[in-house]
This record gives sequence, structure tokens and C-alpha cells, in this order.
Amino acid sequence: MPGSIKDRVAIVGMGCTKFGELWEKGPSDLIVEAVNEAYADAGVEAKDIQAVWVGTQFHYGGRSVSEPLRLQYKPVTRVENACASGTEAVRGAAYAVAAGIYDVCLAVGFEKLKDEAMSGLPGMQNLTGTYFASTMPGCFAIMATRYFDRYGLSPEEGKTMLARISVKSHHNGSLNPKAHLRREITVEQVLNAPIIAWPLGLFDCCGVSDGAAAAVITRADMARKFRPDPVYIKALQICTSPTSGRITTEFDYTHVEEAYRAGVAAYAEAGVKNPRKEISMAEVHDCFSITEALTMEDLQFSARGRVKEDIEAGVFKLDGELPVQPDGGLKCFGHPIGASGIRMIYEMYLQLQGKADKRQIKNPKLGLTHNMGNEPYAPTVSIAIVGL
Amino acid sequence: MVGIASYGAYIPWHRMERGLLAKAWGGFAIPGEKAVASYDEDSLTMAVEAARDCLSGLDSQPVDGLFFASTTSPYKEKQCSAIVAMPLDLRRDIRTADITTSLRSGTTAMALALDSIKAGTANSFLVTAADSRLGAPGGMLEQSLGDGAASVLLSNKDVIARVSASYSISDELAGNWRAYGDTFVRSWDDRMVLDESYSKVLPEAISGLMKKCGLKAKDFAKVVFDPPTDLRRHARVAAELGFATSQVQDPVNLFMNVGITGSAMALMMLVSALEEAKPGDRIMFAGYGNGADAFVLEVTDDIERLGKRRGIKGCLDTKRMLDNYQTYLRWRDIVPMEEARRPEKRHLSLSAIWRERRVILGLWGIKCRRCGTPQYDYGAMSTTPIRVCAVCQAQDDFDDYNFSGKKGTIFSYTQDNLAPVADPPATVVMIDFEDGGRSFFDLADRDPAEVKVGMGVEMTFRKMHFDRGLSNYFWKARPVR
Repeated sequence: MPGSIKDRVAIVGMGCTKFGELWEKGPSDLIVEAVNEAYADAGVEAKDIQAVWVGTQFHYGGRSVSEPLRLQYKPVTRVENACASGTEAVRGAAYAVAAGIYDVCLAVGFEKLKDEAMSGLPGMQNLTGTYFASTMPGCFAIMATRYFDRYGLSPEEGKTMLARISVKSHHNGSLNPKAHLRREITVEQVLNAPIIAWPLGLFDCCGVSDGAAAAVITRADMARKFRPDPVYIKALQICTSPTSGRITTEFDYTHVEEAYRAGVAAYAEAGVKNPRKEISMAEVHDCFSITEALTMEDLQFSARGRVKEDIEAGVFKLDGELPVQPDGGLKCFGHPIGASGIRMIYEMYLQLQGKADKRQIKNPKLGLTHNMGNEPYAPTVSIAIVGL
Repeated sequence: MVGIASYGAYIPWHRMERGLLAKAWGGFAIPGEKAVASYDEDSLTMAVEAARDCLSGLDSQPVDGLFFASTTSPYKEKQCSAIVAMPLDLRRDIRTADITTSLRSGTTAMALALDSIKAGTANSFLVTAADSRLGAPGGMLEQSLGDGAASVLLSNKDVIARVSASYSISDELAGNWRAYGDTFVRSWDDRMVLDESYSKVLPEAISGLMKKCGLKAKDFAKVVFDPPTDLRRHARVAAELGFATSQVQDPVNLFMNVGITGSAMALMMLVSALEEAKPGDRIMFAGYGNGADAFVLEVTDDIERLGKRRGIKGCLDTKRMLDNYQTYLRWRDIVPMEEARRPEKRHLSLSAIWRERRVILGLWGIKCRRCGTPQYDYGAMSTTPIRVCAVCQAQDDFDDYNFSGKKGTIFSYTQDNLAPVADPPATVVMIDFEDGGRSFFDLADRDPAEVKVGMGVEMTFRKMHFDRGLSNYFWKARPVR
């Protein structure tokens, strides 16, 4: 039987930069800013950190953080799991602490995407030039086409369902000073926006941003020495696709099996019996509106094929039964690849400590983060559950 | 008996009214429309499609040789027929060659292939000819030239049309030419070329062959030969040779719907003639260009046993009209376009392409011996070759399985406006093959408005992109044509 991470490690300090098109900031600005905030929050200094994990997709090596921070001969590990790299850094640090090797570790995630001068993300090619033309929005759009077809939604009905997701996230983002996109939008605006990859339009796609986030992780039994309100890790689960759905006809493409399985494992690890009732709030990987819709079903927040009803009932709004993306999500907080997984935990951390200001959810107990890397037919899904 | 055992043709799905060209530049509009190869087609892909049509219903394994004929080969140095052999699944111990630069390279390839069979070095030989020549913007050639391909299988058995005699003329005149570095066809004064070359050389070849065989014009059911861009001259030559109008394979149909297709033109007209031919018909067939090749064909009873193929008729039946000239300029790379703010394409790895050549060029996948699931993988990241079954995880226990002839249905799709393509939006489909297996492909030759889940598709051989002089070929899906 695999062991459990539940209540063995705690987060005692976190930091996160503003995300956005930060033309005036370099990678070292982002890293130093996020790490300084985490150090100050935990009341530690660089010399207290025993080991570091850094999650980034496009910056190579442990040097990507040891250089800007001039870390003095520390063990630094760079991890990469595509868009799920941030949670991977937390996993590395948390497991090392739980294993009893280190007492205080740092997890950092960052990306400086906007120096690339392109729309969307780099990548999606192979050496033989046989890759189909589609982009990331296209890969996820295919799920929306399938979902609409399977559940008999007309394009208008389907697009309206998705539009409500983005309207909700834009509202939350407007309340968040660190978010990339801070403007409220309407369903009409979403429906009238230019199509990026049918059926997904401009407002169905998340922001492409620069940013960094960091967490100081310690042994649970030491956590209260750092602060009175440490946030404990209740579950850390990861599930990686065999990528069978791309070449065999068995896969329905209206769900992400890896998200479902990681969710089931995380609930078991955290002792959650009824996710819809017991999970107080969630930050999920809403790279595209359709991803958030399917994730609600994969995480068992909504019944299969029924997320539309929950969206229409406002279940996932800030004042709803199960608020999702309280910080604006990838959609509005933005998506600097390696930083996103830690940014999600940052919002859960703030909410649990009652520091989420205008976005504060009443008395949350358990927060869930869902971080997804690669295309929906080949993903790695990392799920964390945190609580006081 | 040596002769033609099968035939096939290919005409691109896209056509353009010649009037659009006249509207763009002013001047006289030649009536009719021209066939326009899509941005992902070139002479090589069209030659493959014609050859696939030619081999449909036949086993490709007995084929002993392949000639690719074109004046618009994608390479100056590098054999194209070696590429063409891969999607056709020809054997490795065959003779392949490219017959290029001459407008009669199609008929020359046919003559050489017949000689090979007569000499006993081959039992069957495939010839596939294609052209996509460019006339400079604003000129008459831009209007009259069109894109297309035709293919014939020559053999010493199961012959549908015996080739009983042939005759060739060599003649030096630079009527049309393109030098290294020339994009557009150059030509000498067409009146002189028509008078001194076309109207003399073709009759010399045709009458020379009739004399050699002791035949007269009345002995032929049909005469099939290359037309010049001025069709009136074709009719005049036929009449001067003593052929009645009813005997002449009229080029007007191809000219009005396709255009002059260079080295493929004579063979495309021959395919048209064979589509109508009856056992016992004798056909005079000739190709023109720096001389001429002429053949006497005798149609056999076997023509009635040859299965139905798409041919010229089938290709003409389906089309989509381009409604603007800009698309043509873009597809033929005549105007530079602003580059999309998207990642630059990676350089191709020839070692990876070589290693996966059967997968990429032949559309070969596997069928698991344990669970029976067909699987195709184009090599996303680290997934080729397939070593472990995606369904039952059996390792290395597979049979080869070919997907190129399989039909499929669209399981899901997107129309991607962000992807930088020459024909936006990028229509990307996930297709389920009819007997199992699924894969993503680009969808070629589609009307974006008509794409839907459940639509039937078939596979077509296309050019993916161009990198440092390399044309990269692969397969796409297209709505069943």
C-alpha cells in the first residue's frame, strides 16, 4: 500500500507575483519577488532553506533559481511536467520533507513567456513534421465539440454554458489585484468574441502571462513554530496518461480520465467521502472554459453530463455552494506555466487563512487544486488538497 | 502481349474561373476554369493520387518499376519516385526513376517502361505523371495552365490495351522553357512555335507510325494527342492527318475544366479515351514536347473486367470553386505573407523521418495479435515506433497494418484560427478508422461549413511543409470525394 502525505507536511509561507504581461520584469525579478514574499511570510531567510524544487517548462536546470537567488550551494532540482510543473515542485519538496530528509524546503514555479512575442504557447511540433496544424486551443476545442455532440447541446447552448464559466472567472479576477485580467465581462461579449479554435472563442482561453509563485514547506510537527495558521497538505496525487485515447476508439473525449483518477485517489488520501459537500473551494486548471466544465464532472462536483445545470445555478460562483477559481483562475489570474500550480495553492492558502480580502469565502475547510499538463488526450493531472 | 493493364487520374478538388484572373489583371478571359492544386499538393502528391487510383483493386506487389514524370518535380537533386513508391507500397527490388524537364516526359516514361517489359527486365511497370506549372501573373499561360495527374500500369499480362507499336521524333526548339531559378514558364512567339514545331512534329510522329504499321487514319477508333493552348490548332492537325472529328479525342473538356497539365496532359486525355473505349478499338496516342512519342493501342476484352476507378470522370464530378485570386497567389507562394506570431516550425530530422518512413509515407500502423486492435501513431513525442499495445499492453506482438486505404468518420474536430496555415481555419479532425484505430489528422479539401461529427473521410497523400529545401510528405484526411 502506498503511504499518505496527509498532515505530514505544512505550508508556512507563500508568495506570488502579480501575473501579466510584465514587460519591465525579467525572470530574476519574478523569482526574487515571489520568494521574498514567501520568506517574509514564513519568517525565514535563504540560509534556512535546506533544499529547493523549481517547476518550469522553458527554463533549464536548477540554476534557473539558484542563479537569480544566488543560493549558496544548495540542492536544487528542476522538475517539468508541462503545465503541471508547479504542483510537481510542491510534490518534490513535500515528499522530501515527509521522508525525513529535510525540515524546511522551498518550492518555486515561474515562467517568463511574454519575451517570446507570440500568441499562445510555444511547442506542439515533432521532428518528423507530421503534427497536425492545431494549437493548444484546438486540442481542447475538440473536447467541446465532442461534449456538445454527446449531450445534445446546440452550438449556442454549449457556447453559452462555457461563456458563464468565463464570466464568473472574470468577476473573481476583477477582485484580485494580482490577476492579469481584471475586467468584468458579459455572456454577450463572450459569445460575440472572435473564434480562436471553434467552438472556443477569445474569452474561452486563459491569459498567457509572466509570473512566479513560491512556497515554504516544513514538517507538520514544526509548522506552528513558523506561524499560528499553517496550511496542511491533505492529499497530493498525480496521474499520467498512457495516451491511449489518441490512438484507440475506446476513449470518449468528454472527460479526462486522469483527472477523475487523480481525484478519486486524492479524496481517498484526504478522507473525503463526498467531494461536492466536503470540498469548500477549488482552483482548477481552466486553461480553456471547456476544461473547467469537464473538470467539474471529473472531480465529481457535478454529475456526468450535468455540469450545465450547476453552472446555471451558480454553484461555482464566489457566493455559490462550491466556489471555483476564486482568484480568477488561469483564465484571469493568468498562466505562467510553471507558476500556475503553486499560484492555485497560494489562493487556497490565503482563503484558509482568511486573507483573501474581497474574494474571501466564508469559513473554508478544504481547498482543492487541479493542475493539468499537456493535451487532454495525453495529460498529467496533479491534484492537491489543503486544509487547516 | 504488352500494353496498358490499368489507368488512373487525379484532378485537384479546387478550380478557379479563368475570368477571375482576367478580372485581377485586365485583358482577355479565356473561357472555362482551371484546376488548382491545393496549398498542400504538388506534382509528387498528385502523381501519388493518380497512381493510387491506377492501382485501386490491384495488388501493388507484382509492380517491378516506377517512373515519376513531371516538369515540376519538387527536387533538382533527389529522386522523387523513391518517395512515390512508399505510399503505393511498392517492393524494394524495383527500378525507379524520375523522367523530368520535358513536356512529353509522361509519354517518354511510358515508352521506356514498355521497352523494359519487352526486354524482359520487368513484368509490370507503373508510370505516373503530374504537373503544376505556373504562368506569370497577368499572362495567358496563367489562365490556360492547370494542375493534374495521370497514371498507367504497363504490363505483359491482363492488358486492357495492347501497345502494338511506337515511334518517336526528336526536335530542337525552345518553345517553352524554365531555367534553374525560373518560377514561371517562358515561351517563344506561339505563332512560330505552332507553325514550325507543333503542327509539323506531331504529324511527323503520327504519320510516321501509321506508315511503319501500314495503317491509315480510318483504321483508328480514336486519335488522342497533346493540344497546344490554342485548341483550334489541335483540330487542324487532326484534320490534316485525315482524322474525322468523330475520331478525335476532343481536348475541350479537359481544357475547359482543368487546363493544360504539361507532362500529364496526353496521359489524362488517354485516360478519358479509355474510360469510353470498347474492346477492339484501335487508338492512336501521342505526346508532344521537343519532339513527340506516338503509340498504337488496341483495346482488349479485358477492359470490361477492369474495376471502376475514379479516373478523369470521377475527379471532374467533385470540385470547389475558389472565389478569389488572392488564395491562388498564396497557395502557389507567389506573394510573401506576413508571418504569424506563432512558434517557428522546427527543422525536420531526416534521421527520424527515415526511421519512420513506412509509418509516415506508407501510413503503416500495427494490429495487436493479442487483442486485435489496429493502432496508428504518427509519432507525437516519444511514441514511435509502437512497442507496447495501447489497449492490452502486449509488447512487440503485432502484425503490420495499413491505414492508407481505410475510410473513417470524424469523431471530433476543431476549426483553428490561431494555427498558421495557408488555408485558414486549420480544420483538425480526430478520426475513427472503419476497422478500428483512431488518429488526429489535418482535414484537406473541405468546406469548413460542412464539417461535422460523423462525416465520412478517406486518406490522401499531401505535403505538410517545406523546410530548407525539403518537402515533407504525409497523409491527411479528406471528406470522401
